[in-house]
This record gives sequence, structure tokens and C-alpha cells, in this order.
Amino acid sequence: MQTHSFKPDLPPPVLSVGVLGWLRANLFSNWFNTLLTFFAIYLIWLIVPPIIQWAFINADWTGTTRADCTSGGACWVFVQQRLGQFMYGFYPTELRWRVDATLWLAIIGAAPLFVPQMPRKALYGLGFLLVYPVLAYWLLHGGLFGLSVVSTSQWGGLLLTLVIAAVGISGALPLGILLALGRRSNMPAIRVICVTFIEFWRGVPLITVLFMSSVMLPLFLPEGMHFDKLMRALLGVILFQSAYIAEVVRGGLQAIPKGQYEAAAAMGLGYWRMMGLVILPQALKLVIPGIVNTFIALFKDTSLVIIIGLFDLLNSIKQATTDPAWLGMATEGYVFAALVFWIFCFGMSRYSMHLERKLDTGHKR
Amino acid sequence: MQTSANVPRPRGSVWTDPQVRAWVFQIIAVIAVVALGWYLFDNTQTNLEKRGIVSGFGFLGNSAGFGIAQHLIEYTESDTYGRVFLVGLLNTLLVSFIGIVLASILGFILGVARLSPNWLISKMATVYIETFRNIPPLLQILFWYFAVFLTLPGPRDSLGINDTFFLNSRGLYMPSPGPSENFWPFALVLLATIAAIVVMGRWAKARREATGQVFHAFWASLAMIILIPGLAVLIGGNPLVWSVPELSGFNFRGGWVLIPELMALTLALTIYTAAFIAENVRSGIMAVSHGQTEAARSLGLRPGNTLRLVIIPQALRVIIPPLTSQYLNLAKNSSLAAGIGYPDMVSLFAGTVLNQTGQAIEVIAITMSVYLAISISISLLMNWYNKRIALIER
Repeated sequence: MQTHSFKPDLPPPVLSVGVLGWLRANLFSNWFNTLLTFFAIYLIWLIVPPIIQWAFINADWTGTTRADCTSGGACWVFVQQRLGQFMYGFYPTELRWRVDATLWLAIIGAAPLFVPQMPRKALYGLGFLLVYPVLAYWLLHGGLFGLSVVSTSQWGGLLLTLVIAAVGISGALPLGILLALGRRSNMPAIRVICVTFIEFWRGVPLITVLFMSSVMLPLFLPEGMHFDKLMRALLGVILFQSAYIAEVVRGGLQAIPKGQYEAAAAMGLGYWRMMGLVILPQALKLVIPGIVNTFIALFKDTSLVIIIGLFDLLNSIKQATTDPAWLGMATEGYVFAALVFWIFCFGMSRYSMHLERKLDTGHKR
Repeated sequence: MQTSANVPRPRGSVWTDPQVRAWVFQIIAVIAVVALGWYLFDNTQTNLEKRGIVSGFGFLGNSAGFGIAQHLIEYTESDTYGRVFLVGLLNTLLVSFIGIVLASILGFILGVARLSPNWLISKMATVYIETFRNIPPLLQILFWYFAVFLTLPGPRDSLGINDTFFLNSRGLYMPSPGPSENFWPFALVLLATIAAIVVMGRWAKARREATGQVFHAFWASLAMIILIPGLAVLIGGNPLVWSVPELSGFNFRGGWVLIPELMALTLALTIYTAAFIAENVRSGIMAVSHGQTEAARSLGLRPGNTLRLVIIPQALRVIIPPLTSQYLNLAKNSSLAAGIGYPDMVSLFAGTVLNQTGQAIEVIAITMSVYLAISISISLLMNWYNKRIALIER
């Protein structure tokens, strides 16, 4: 009997596998693609080497004064020398440990929330949200138990940016949820009030809101009541941002099927228990990525407080670049600011994408 | 939840009746809002009296007494605050308009580039988008202004291109067109050509729908719009005279100048907004399923027609709503001009005028209502457009 034996398979053509195959498929698949590839390479060659040259190869990293920057590239000495001011503003140097402690407290306190197996996470989270702000205010502002007072006019730099962003979001979130519920309410008067409020704040730029809270708020308040600059800015930011949060939450509320409302009503739940126990937990889960995106926008918007004269990260850097001892350092300063903002915003947007994947339980329609 | 009319309502106290409760809540809410409003109004009234500020819009007629770096309409220092407002408004609209046009172009290119099968191009677009949308727009404006445009050389050593364009720390100088004696005849010819093209397009469409015969209206119009005005120029001479900027003394004379504030603002807003528009464009194109392309191809449409008649109309339906909100954001972000002193409405009116007159309430109210009017009109336009292009489903 004759037996058939197969010859071994021939290897695939060299040009369709490995690096060569990848290059052919992704960069040189036809003449137009090839042209684009060369154009892209030309652009990269035009942009990237000068930047690397400026930022790394020709840069000065060590020294104490402007005279130490001799090689013609970026002068990172400037950022190094002023780092304290960029991070803490005018916070007294010997008290800066309090800012660090606040930050560490936040990191250590919030860390368990990111552990998936942690039991009673909601309860812990709520407790943290209630206790931490009090502790943080006491540490930053002082005034009790022997800590000396550091007035808010001395806060600045990244510290101020983070304070505005954190207070802004924690004030805007509850207000925004209430507004969203009001907008979805079937009571016409409540709906009209909420819609007017939301559309008003969404229609004006944040700058005019900050202008308003800084020049008009003192007129609105009765004699003797006084808000400092930071409080006024925070109020403006919270009102402004709550309108955006409200629209995000409304999207989540609309995505919940009507059957959920009906089922909750059939169980005999009243309005608040229906919302608190059935609708909002589902709706908020759906919109967490949207809320994170709103928070990113808020974080970028904090830089606008420069307009009303608060010294956040951007304004601290802007001030430092006008210092006669460090003239001509605008590029270095702004590149550093951009890097800090970018790291925060990019990190948060990645986290929001991760959440979106993790929370996707197939309810979306 | 509503109870239907024919079911007898369960007996209970008045307080548990949902309708009564709804009324009570609404009345309480309205009273609270009115009370808050009255409280603020009353405080304001007292405070204004105490500070001796007379409210009212009379100040708009007073002479401003300060100069403005860029004005699109005639303006002198002795003009009124009302005119300052107009100048600021026009400057805001100018930045918004240029920014929207440039950001749309750049955004569409980047959005398509991000979907490109070319790995290098799509990665470059991704890097651009992720870099610029995560940096605050104000920071980008300050960077372009303080780190780029203000560090350019002075007028005497300006960077020239062909001796017609000059870039220096005072701005970009470029030739400006003016009408020559041939301008009006030329404009007339141009208008007549456009009218003829419109008529021809209608006729071509009517004939195609009646008989199915295709008339290549696009190529015909292209030929007409190039040839007829071209002929007019050949016969009558150039309709425009160009005024080229020239260095005289310490500065340039003649031509147009784009001040550095304007350039920094438009550049930063364009770069920032284009990153967002690119994402909208990408998601819009991805929302059109591949089956649509295949169906169109199997119907015998050519690739160009597939794109023009099938893909783009459907993608636009997804792209346009978020695109409008990006346009709105750009218009609102143009108020960041206050950070570098570009004379837009906010920095001129809510800044300088407010400081000079002290009429905080009136000035802020006017500024806010302008932005509100812009927002509301754009969203009305948007809703109308959405209704028009929405899928009509059974």
C-alpha cells in the first residue's frame, strides 16, 4: 500500500510577515500611503529633534542663578529654584509640612477605595468624605489645637489649583444631582427653575462668572458679611460646574428604563427612596466617566482664577517669569506648567476610560 | 405617579395626596426663589446707596477716553462707552469666526488622519490630540503670547517673506487690497456669473430628476467661475490694488496688521479646539457602519459618490451636534483674551470699562446677556437643524 506523506508547509512570503510585512501593510500599502509616510517622517524630523535638543541635550539642570544657564537650551534651573513657589505659593516655608501632610492624608485615606476587595466600601467612602475636608481645612488653614493660622491669601501654586478643583467638584456634585432631578421632575415650577438655572450657567463663560463673583458678590451681601477672594472664586466655580454636572447626570437618568421607575413605585417606595435606592445608584454608575470628564474640564478651568488675581499654579509661574532675575524664562515656565496640567488631565482621562470598561455591565442601550 | 380618573383614589389624609404635595412643594420653591431674589436685590440697593453709585445705563453715553489696539470700526478716545462695547463685541466675533473656520479645517484633517490606515499618520494625530486637549487653553494662550510672539525680533529685524509679509514682535504685517477703478465692473461680472451658476444648477437638477440624464454641473460651474472673471481681468485690468507694508522709521506703514494678541489667541484656540473637533469627527465616521459602504458599492456607486452621498451625510448627523457645542466653547473661550489683553468684549467691557465706571451690575449683566444670546441662538439653530436631519423612523 502506498502511503502519502505531506511535504512541510512553505514559509509565508518574506514580505508579508515580521517587520517587513508590518511595514508594508501599515506604511507602504500603496503609493498614496507611501507618500503620507514620507510626509510624516519629514514632519517628525522637523519637530522632534529640535525639541529634544532644546529640552534635554542643550539643557542646564544644575545651578542656582540665571548665570548657570550657559549652553543655550532650556534652563531648568529656573524651575528647580522656584519649585517651592510653584507648588505652595506664598505658604510660609516652615509650615509647608502641613500641606504635605494634607496630601499624604488624602492619598492614604483614599487608597482603600481603590482596592476592589475592600468590604463596606461605600460606608468608608462616605466617612472619608465627611471627615477629610474638616481635617484638611484644619491642617491648611490652622487656628485650632495650636496650629497657627495661614490665611487663604497665602495659599498658592499647585496647592491652590488642587484646592479649587477638589472643593469645586465636591460642591458641584450634590448640587448638580439635585438640579438634574429637578429638571426631570414632573412639577412644572421646579422644572422651570432648574432649567433656567442650568441654561444660564451653561450659556456664559467661566470668566464672566468669576468677574461676577468677584465684583458683584460684595454688592449682594448684607453689611458686615465678608467673603475672601478664594471663597468668592469657589462659589463661582461651584455654581458654574453644577450646571454641567446636572446635564451629565440627566443623561444617566434618561438612560434608566422606565420599568425601573415603575417597579420602584410598585414596591411602594416614595420619591426620595425611589431615587436614592433604585434610580440614582444605576444612573450615577452610568455617568461616572462623564463626571470624570467634567472634572477634567474643571481642573483645566481652575487656571482662569488668574483673571481675578489668585495665585494658582499658572499664575505663580507667570509671576516668576516676570521676575527681573529670571527674565526670558517664559518658555521653560509654561512648558513646566503644561507638563503638570497634562499629567493630571491625561491620567484622569485614562482612569475614566478604565472605569468605563470596568463598569460596562451591558445596561447601555 | 399619576392615578387614572376612573379609579377611586384611596382615602387618606390631604398631606399624602401626591397632587396636593406637588402643589405645596412648588409653592415653597417659588417663594424661596423669590425671597432669595428679593433679599439680594434689597442688599444690592442698600450697598449701592451707601457707596453712592447711581445705577442705570446712562454711562454708556459718556466718553471713554482710552485707546484700543484693534478696532474694526472707527474709534477714537473721545468715543462713548457704548461704542467701546461695540468694538469689543466685534473683536470677540472676529476671533470666534477665524477660530471656528481654522479649527474646523484642522479638526477634520486630524479626525480623518486618526482613522488613517497609515500607522505613522494615525499615531501622530493621536499624539497631537492627547497632548493639546489636556493642556488648559489659557496656558496655551499665555505660551503663544509670552513665549513665542513677544520674543520675536523688533520691527527693524523682522522676519520677512518675499518682502510682502513681515513678522515681528508687533504683529504680522501683510498687504491689504483696495478697490481700483475696475473694481465695480468686475464685481458685477462676478455676481452675474454666480447667478448663472445657480440657475444652471437648478436646471441640471430638474433635468436629471425628469429624464435621468446627468449634466456635470460641478465642472461646468468650475469652468465658468474661473474663465469669465478671468476674462474680465484680462480685458479691464486688475480690480484690486495692493498696499504693501513698508518699514518707515521704527514701524511699518501700509497694509494690514494682525496684532500678536490676536494671533496668540486664535492660534491657541484653534489648536485646542481642533483636538476636540477631531475626536467628534472620528466618532462620527466610526458611527457609520461598514455595511453602508458595501451596500453603496454594490449599488454601483463610485468611491467618491459613496463618500459624498452615503457616508458623509450619515456621519454629519452624528458629528454636527457635538461640533456645535465645540463652536460654542470656542466662542466662550475667546473670553480668555482677558489673560493677554486682547481687546475683546470681556477684557474691554467687563475689565476696563467696569474699572473706570464702577457700574459693576450693568456691565456684567450686558456681558452675560450677550453670551447668553449667542448660546441660545446657536442652540435654537442646532435644534432646528437636528429636527431637519433626524432619521424619520416608523
